[in-house]
Amino acid sequence: MADVWARLEPHLASVQKPARYIGCELGAEVPTPAPHRVGWLLVYPDTYEIGLPNQGLQILYEILNERPDALAERSYAPWTDMEEVLRREGFPLFSVDTHRSADEFDVVAFNLSSELVYTNLLNCLDLAGIPLRSADRTIDHALVGAGGHATFNPEPMADFLDWVVLGDGEEVVGEITEAIAAWKASGSRDRIDVLRALAGIEGVYVPSLYEATYLPNGCLEATTPIDSAAPAVVEKRTIADLGAWPYPKNQLVPLTEVVHDRLNVEVFRGCTRGCRFCQAGMITRPVRERPADQVASMVQQGLRRTGYDEVALTSLSTADFSGIEDVVKSAMDDEVGCGNVSVSLPSLRVDAFTVGIAAQIQKARRTGLTFAPEAGTWRMRQVINKLITEEDLYTAVESAFEQGWRRVKLYFLTGLPTETDEDTLGIVELARRCLELAKANGKDGSVTVSVGGFVPKAFTPFQWFGMNTEEELRRKVNLLRDAAKKARNVQLKWHDTRASIVEGLVSRGDRRLSAVIEQVWREGGTFQEWSEHFQLDLWTKAMADNGLDLDWYCYRHRTEDEVLPWDHLSAGLHKDFLWQDWRDALEEVGLEDCRWTPCYDCGACTGYGIEHVVASAVPPAGGSQGTGQNLLRGGEVPVTLSARRPVGVGA
Amino acid sequence: MKHRVRFTKLGKIRFLSHRDLARVWERGLRRSGVRVAYSEGFSPRPRLSFGLALSTGYESLGEYLDIDLHPDADIDPADLPAIVTPSLPDGMTAQLSVPLVPGTDSLQAAVTSSSWRIEVDGPEPAALADAVARALSADELPIVVERKGSETTLDARPAILALSTATEEIMLPPGVAPLRTSTLLDAELATQPRSLRPAELLRALDATWHEARVLRTHQWTLVDGARCEPIPLGDLGARGATSPTHAEARAS
Repeated sequence: MADVWARLEPHLASVQKPARYIGCELGAEVPTPAPHRVGWLLVYPDTYEIGLPNQGLQILYEILNERPDALAERSYAPWTDMEEVLRREGFPLFSVDTHRSADEFDVVAFNLSSELVYTNLLNCLDLAGIPLRSADRTIDHALVGAGGHATFNPEPMADFLDWVVLGDGEEVVGEITEAIAAWKASGSRDRIDVLRALAGIEGVYVPSLYEATYLPNGCLEATTPIDSAAPAVVEKRTIADLGAWPYPKNQLVPLTEVVHDRLNVEVFRGCTRGCRFCQAGMITRPVRERPADQVASMVQQGLRRTGYDEVALTSLSTADFSGIEDVVKSAMDDEVGCGNVSVSLPSLRVDAFTVGIAAQIQKARRTGLTFAPEAGTWRMRQVINKLITEEDLYTAVESAFEQGWRRVKLYFLTGLPTETDEDTLGIVELARRCLELAKANGKDGSVTVSVGGFVPKAFTPFQWFGMNTEEELRRKVNLLRDAAKKARNVQLKWHDTRASIVEGLVSRGDRRLSAVIEQVWREGGTFQEWSEHFQLDLWTKAMADNGLDLDWYCYRHRTEDEVLPWDHLSAGLHKDFLWQDWRDALEEVGLEDCRWTPCYDCGACTGYGIEHVVASAVPPAGGSQGTGQNLLRGGEVPVTLSARRPVGVGA
Repeated sequence: MKHRVRFTKLGKIRFLSHRDLARVWERGLRRSGVRVAYSEGFSPRPRLSFGLALSTGYESLGEYLDIDLHPDADIDPADLPAIVTPSLPDGMTAQLSVPLVPGTDSLQAAVTSSSWRIEVDGPEPAALADAVARALSADELPIVVERKGSETTLDARPAILALSTATEEIMLPPGVAPLRTSTLLDAELATQPRSLRPAELLRALDATWHEARVLRTHQWTLVDGARCEPIPLGDLGARGATSPTHAEARAS
């Protein structure tokens, strides 16, 4: 039966938050299936309220529905109570748009933004009636794919995914659609034909066309193509011009509560600050700014269309956007909002300039201000290349307290390479000094310190680093707890160190982990990113049952010559650039932002023949900007963007 | 200037919560360009006040909301429903709007009862009719209810102002599935001094029965002893209003 709604409706009163399952959002599409249209079910493998705001999924949803040869609907992981209903009543996973059964779609594509949702992906496949393993699927089953940041190491999911997209999805979804449409029209009765066609698309990786071999010592020997259609190395896709893709044009406006419930306008993609722990900053290069007038019109039209009274200007570091002040001002002055529009800038840079902008935009709701110094000492910040001086932070915090904020939140990582207890304790010391600044202003402020255990990721300079053990992370958190207790008005929050270990395991795992992930799912381990559902023992047991060693995967430093599970994939970054950056990290040498300084040839631009797209050739005002210079007035680093002089870093 | 609006909540959006509904209205008004007055203070909010909350999952032909329009809002109140309805989700239609005389009681205070159409799961039609007769002749109907997290026993009988089985269909807009007609109840349940919910009514009739779909058909206020809707319905028609003329005079 096509429409699941009639059967589902009587059960909705018995589940929590039934509005998760009804669709009906402003911007939702009700596409009409037709034989010539390739049907995509876009699945976010977490709850509706986490998944709905995902901009990547919304962008592809629109682009696909605009195409005459495609249609796209959405689905989200059903919460445990709804899963129980589906399994008890024999209902399939369904789309929220038209409540069609998942088995009516040609493609089931997942957004993978974190590793802990992998078991949810398996659960969704199972509810959809699709065999978990790619090898067990027939022509009657959907083609199962994935995209998103986590897919830069898709190997732990290799057995389950028919295809994987690396990088930006805007262009490639069209090419995938065309390949599948041609395959359907050809009358081919063999999935290998379409898999081969997909493998020929730039940015698409078909895991089943590769074989992983291992050395006697357990290390990977190589991942090599076993089919002539598969390239030896799969390059990521990058759209050169963000301005050519002004999406979402019709952002979904949910009827029920979700996270980030506001208009989102992406002001640029990519980041070249070069923070060595940050996978997003490494894999999304180069910087591609959206033209300022397009940002302004997307804000204006978006507010009118959606009725939102808040807009977020999103990117990995929004204060770095050329002309940020003008864009913020025009958003705030928009007549639709009648002066009641608030603008939020996620990922604030740490300096007084940023606080100035924040003061301008948070006239009414001045609740709290968040900064991410990431590490407690200057030495440690040089290691991770987060080149914020103490002065940057203190002027930012002082400025925040002066301008009326009472609460400041600081994000840090612990378990970083070369970290000593002095570095760890430097976190509380920074927080304490911030409070002193508040007191000097005659204010009784509070500082919240949020600490996460560092997880090394693929395609970062820290991909070779053996992460801290769970015991060590816990010890550091306890050090911080003791220190924070002595400092009045410093609140400490920390992430579950056990969850960091599993994230670390899967982030750099290989194909042998597929069996582990499947076992964890079979034993009930869904929603692992939800603390009330996370179960470390399911993972350790599954590792042991499959003869694998968690310590070996997580805690071992890799050597330069070790073959990594993602070596046959490419984010454009030269491996020797990453290795040199890793050496520089250990030597506490920082690296400037190449947006405004000469190129050091990481490979992301040169390899793909693309360039940074930035409107301003000079850094914005404020702070040291990682340049080692005082840039309080801004624009003091003379650079020309066209002069591309590769510099041998550290040479 | 305050305006009172009557609207529907039908179909899939019946699963929105009361809080969701407020959010949908705030955004719908902004999208339709209707300027609303904002509260003062640290965190200004649009000045909207809703009537009695409708349980998540219940539908309604007659929900109410008071909107405080901005002094500069330049619209004829009679046009408000037509202006705002296109900005509301499917199943929500603003039907009527009237300006309120300053000092008018809030919806929470004014509404004394609601009429309900309840589709009952469990009984045969004859058993349902028997239960109705028994309930109407009973002096008291004690049930255990949950209020603010704790269980108390209350007598449901005084809150049952009218109760009968029903067979005639109520016309619902296109796209909204009709109610099953075999086991239907019509009930008028008091909201003051204590409210009785449809689910609680069913429990008072038979603990094994459950509500399938529940449709609020009317809300009632008492004006000088006459029962009328918080807005005179005019062409929409109010089955059972005793004397709407007086209310109409007061509201206009």
